[in-house]
Amino acid sequence: MDTSIWRPILYLIGIMAFAGVNAAWLGWCERKGAGHIQRRCGPKEVGPFGLWQPLADGIKLMTKQLIVPQGVDGILFRVAPVLAMIPAITSMVAIPFSETLHARAIDLSVLLIFALASIGMMAILLGGWASNNKYSLISAARSVSQNVAYEIPMLVTVITIVMLTGSMNLEEIALQQKGGFWNWNIFPVVGQSIAQAIIMPVSFILFFICSVAETNRAPFDMAEAESELVAGHMTEYGSMGFGLFMMGEYLNIVVGACLTAILFLGGWDSPLPFIPSGVGWFLLKIYVLIFTIILIRWTYPRTQIYKLLNLSWKVLIPFSLAILLLTAIFIKIEGILI
Amino acid sequence: MTLPIQCTPDEIFILNLGPQHPATHGVLRVKLTMDGEYIVEAEPVLGYIHRMHEKMAENGTFAQFMPNTPRLDYLSALSFNQGYCMAVERAAGIEVPERAEYIRTITVELNRISSHLLWYGAFVMDLGGFTPLLYAFDDREQILDLLEHVTGSRLTYCYYRFGGVYNDIDDDFVTGTRAFVKRLRSRLPIQYRDLVTGNIILIKRLKDIGFISAETCRKYGATGPVLRGSGVEYDVRKHEPYSIYPELDFDIPHYPEGDCMARYMVRMDEIEQSLRIIEQALDKLPDGPYQAKVPKTLKPPAVDVYSAVEASKGSFGCRLVCDGDKGPYRLKLRSPSFSNLSLFGEVSEGLLLADALAVMGSLDLVIPEIDR
Repeated sequence: MDTSIWRPILYLIGIMAFAGVNAAWLGWCERKGAGHIQRRCGPKEVGPFGLWQPLADGIKLMTKQLIVPQGVDGILFRVAPVLAMIPAITSMVAIPFSETLHARAIDLSVLLIFALASIGMMAILLGGWASNNKYSLISAARSVSQNVAYEIPMLVTVITIVMLTGSMNLEEIALQQKGGFWNWNIFPVVGQSIAQAIIMPVSFILFFICSVAETNRAPFDMAEAESELVAGHMTEYGSMGFGLFMMGEYLNIVVGACLTAILFLGGWDSPLPFIPSGVGWFLLKIYVLIFTIILIRWTYPRTQIYKLLNLSWKVLIPFSLAILLLTAIFIKIEGILI
Repeated sequence: MTLPIQCTPDEIFILNLGPQHPATHGVLRVKLTMDGEYIVEAEPVLGYIHRMHEKMAENGTFAQFMPNTPRLDYLSALSFNQGYCMAVERAAGIEVPERAEYIRTITVELNRISSHLLWYGAFVMDLGGFTPLLYAFDDREQILDLLEHVTGSRLTYCYYRFGGVYNDIDDDFVTGTRAFVKRLRSRLPIQYRDLVTGNIILIKRLKDIGFISAETCRKYGATGPVLRGSGVEYDVRKHEPYSIYPELDFDIPHYPEGDCMARYMVRMDEIEQSLRIIEQALDKLPDGPYQAKVPKTLKPPAVDVYSAVEASKGSFGCRLVCDGDKGPYRLKLRSPSFSNLSLFGEVSEGLLLADALAVMGSLDLVIPEIDR
């Protein structure tokens, strides 16, 4: 117990560093990736391959004046960008990166992360409301309806996982998928019924779509639809206020990818049993997921807000409820048979 | 499409779209009366880039107004150049050599493709897709290089002269244009149709959105792809033939649906038709002079002439009144985007903001041409 003070401090530093590096260099990855998708080079002037571009951007943003426009709600206007950042960093506490790399083993870590994700939505709402700008206000209204609509199918899908594993602890959910890619939740062929093997890939797609929508990424980026709402909730923000919103967006993507990796892709488990598992696999999985999200953004046009809500209420929610029901039935049948 | 709008006055707010807004592509301001995200009333406010082009024409000679025409619509500069040239040629009775007419046709159709490519990129960007813009610019760059080679400029071409063109095209241009036609033909099905036209999100956003009837088009005088997207098969090149268009074989793409998708499809098909025209014109390209003998100072008799051309946005008309002097007595320009914009107020009523912006994008507006 002599390390009890140092452990939280070390993890605090580690998580802050991980969050900061991700928030900064995912921006670089996105710009470089977008550049190559669009047959450009992307950033290349600052450092080798433009790798120091995030530092240059950070210096530029920090040296700019934080303008608080006249007529805004000053306190909320200042609080909103902080709220974009904090829940994302905090939820990393609950994420197990490997069997040994885990800031705090919380029994209800799934619940905690979803609670924090809801607070993250408040940032857009408050930022949009406090800005005293009609575009921002429309953006705030959109993001609330979007988040409410997509949290339901997302949570219902998670409940199916929780029912299967019987745990709300992310570490336990990951441990149950140990021992090769056929044990992962996305393809649970061995040890479970065939019907579930059909259901789980569907719920993986549902969860992935919802996580893209929850993090306000294209093609669901209703809140900051540039061509309609200028910059949505960020219209009035300059300097680091804007920077925090951007970093918060990337961190939310990281958290979403971590959740997807743990819930469906076996967490830190290696795909083949004879290759050692570890944090490397976990990072590989989340970056593959993040790059998929980036690829989607630079390929598709944006949907419409009512089509987005239709997709959730008319397709995703019925589907996820049906999956929940089917999973419950299969668990019951299995229970009777055994 | 129009939704029943019932709201008390205090629930309505006014949203200024522009003059600086990413979706207006220029200094256009639209005063939107909104009920939530629904548009109750849309009123375009013009005049932010008014430069008195018509008055400038009256103050100078005929030749002095030439560089103004590409500044009207900088995206299809050559069409406007041609329209003005044709009006002056008609007034002064100048015969244009056949080779010059062929050169004009080839370059103006190249310019039409480049204008449509830029519209395509900007339109998909309005819908939130960024990448197609860069792919379209890749092809557009080839056209700009070709036109730079003969005209000397890349955007605001002032290439035509009264009675011909500024300089002759050479073999490099001909082979380059043939290579470009082949290249764009091979890219159209993949980079454009498969990536964007067939995209489910794009189809859902454009189908049945922003219906414009042929009657609305007639009421506001809308022409070009907007009119053809409403099912009217009207093209100045066919119905009031000028230059060498009667000798060429091409179709007028038209779609009866009248929605954004129809206007999108019309323009995509027009790119292919323009490629056909360019190919035919290159095959038939005759030898001979590229410039008629024209006196240095034009003094046409006192006449009143009108000439119209099909620009990439619609029909561009020039009414030229001469009083026997060195310059126009009065020059009235009828620009297509002005009429096309006028129907926006009626069409966007009851639409969501994002849909209205899709409609505005599908009209292909160029603001300097609206304000003149």
